[in-house]
Amino acid sequence: MSKMSENETTIAPKIVETGLVDRLGELAPLLLVPALAVIGFAAIGSPSTWITLTAAGLAMGMMIFIMASGLTLVFGLMDVINFGHGAFIAVGAFVGFTVLGYLIGWTDEPSVLLNLAALIPAIIAAMLLSGGAGYVFERFIVKPVYGQHLKQILVTMGGLIIAQQVIVMLWGPDEIHLARPETLRGSVVIGEAAIEKYRLVAVVIGLALFIAMRLVLNRTKIGLLVRAGVENGEMVEALGYRIRRLFLAVFIVGSALAGLGGVMWGLYQETITAHMGSEIMVLIFIVVIIGGLGSVEGCFIGALLVGLLSNYVAFLMPKASLVSTIALMVIVLMWRPQGLYPVVKAK
Amino acid sequence: MPEPLLTLQGVHTHIAQYHILQGVDLAVPAGGVAVMLGRNGAGKTTTLRTIMGLWSASSGRIRFDGTDITGLDTPAIARLGIAYVPESMGIFTDLTVRENMVLAASSGPMDDARVDWIFSLFPPLKTFWSMPAGNLSGGQKQMLSVARAVIEPRRLILIDEPTKGLAPAIIKAMTAALAELAKTDTTILLVEQNFSMAKSVGQSVSVMDDGRIVHSGAMAELAADPDLQERLMGLSLEAHQ
Repeated sequence: MSKMSENETTIAPKIVETGLVDRLGELAPLLLVPALAVIGFAAIGSPSTWITLTAAGLAMGMMIFIMASGLTLVFGLMDVINFGHGAFIAVGAFVGFTVLGYLIGWTDEPSVLLNLAALIPAIIAAMLLSGGAGYVFERFIVKPVYGQHLKQILVTMGGLIIAQQVIVMLWGPDEIHLARPETLRGSVVIGEAAIEKYRLVAVVIGLALFIAMRLVLNRTKIGLLVRAGVENGEMVEALGYRIRRLFLAVFIVGSALAGLGGVMWGLYQETITAHMGSEIMVLIFIVVIIGGLGSVEGCFIGALLVGLLSNYVAFLMPKASLVSTIALMVIVLMWRPQGLYPVVKAK
Repeated sequence: MPEPLLTLQGVHTHIAQYHILQGVDLAVPAGGVAVMLGRNGAGKTTTLRTIMGLWSASSGRIRFDGTDITGLDTPAIARLGIAYVPESMGIFTDLTVRENMVLAASSGPMDDARVDWIFSLFPPLKTFWSMPAGNLSGGQKQMLSVARAVIEPRRLILIDEPTKGLAPAIIKAMTAALAELAKTDTTILLVEQNFSMAKSVGQSVSVMDDGRIVHSGAMAELAADPDLQERLMGLSLEAHQ
């Protein structure tokens, strides 16, 4: 390998300048969550109520993020619209319920260690089974309809219905009570504000997962491949990587995370039903669309916005609660039609 | 006579209802730069994409270094030592220059000596090593695209119109870099519309028209024969000097 003479290749390095408006535009989505919190504070008035609602909103947002993160990557990587994602949420919740049921002696004890000893196996089992369900779902339902959006919608909805009926067969059609472990019951009082312990734990888990996901996506080769694949899967293949395998791995991990989210959501609501996945899917799709299809960061911000707004509006105008998140989506899309962080796709 | 590094025999490619390649016969000798010329829509890009397995040949055979690669999928073809620089450049704009290169080094960590060599070919890449590739200018993106193809030793590089839309200074740098690459063990199959550039780097040339190769020979022959240029492409190289 010989070197070229300098004058043959020396070109004054320059870079496409990003204007101040563009740079502010990039930062704007990050300011939405604190801006919404400030608006909420002004509207609610009472600091203690605001703290309680904000903690509830952040916890709800974190759980929605956990459930939605896999869906957004699956869409970004292979343009697959998976309406069956809710099935993994329900599978996770019911498997978690079953394991916790066997370990009820430990969950009812006021011991953090015993409660963890029950919760950890429940979460692992939920993630393993929903991840396994994701593998089967991808191989037999999604794989035959790659690149065919209409068929994807139909077959994944069909898959969701089948999964719901299997859950009804195994656990029955009724709503089931899912009790939180003893040490996660009750509230922590900060000043005059009472914050449920479980919500604090949900915020910590959600935040830890977001940080871990960012580290994997930004610092590991597999993460770089996922990000590259979201932008230009064909080029990833031309570099010698099998994007279908990558997609399968992301699908399984996304399903496992949905299972984790299912356990957490079940413990949050303290009830589970076979239809819980399809019910929460409306919020999950709103979050994924607000964030920008394929964007993990956008999904995170979108989930926090939806969580906070739902809780604030439910307190201020309970009847408007249902439409508030859809209104949020409409406003965001009018501002940024591709979502908060649009993912660049190769033409 | 040694067997060519790459051979296409009677290759046909259909895209949806369109019959794009209509029996391409092409032999690329090992070493140097083989240029493929032809008007827009003649089938040059489709030929490269078919070799790379991005579109499937509906009939015919493609052999690379003695191995039949017809029907292999793209990752398998890439792992045989064929790199592809598409016309769109295929840069991952969300990743930094370094991260683009890390992914291109598919068989392991990047070799520092090779990275230094690439910096000597394309100095701007060193300057913007940690910057998002999406912020690079068009010429710098093209440099990154070619650099990615050579971060590991390759037997063959398929390059699709690397000078398209670039400023003259960048074209000059790109021409010099390709000439430098041609001195290594790497063979380059270059699709190019810039005749002046093609003439300066190419040793052999094939001309495509209507999905077939209509002329193959030495570049020097074509460059010295305005009548042949006129007949094959409807214009002469001289007019593009």
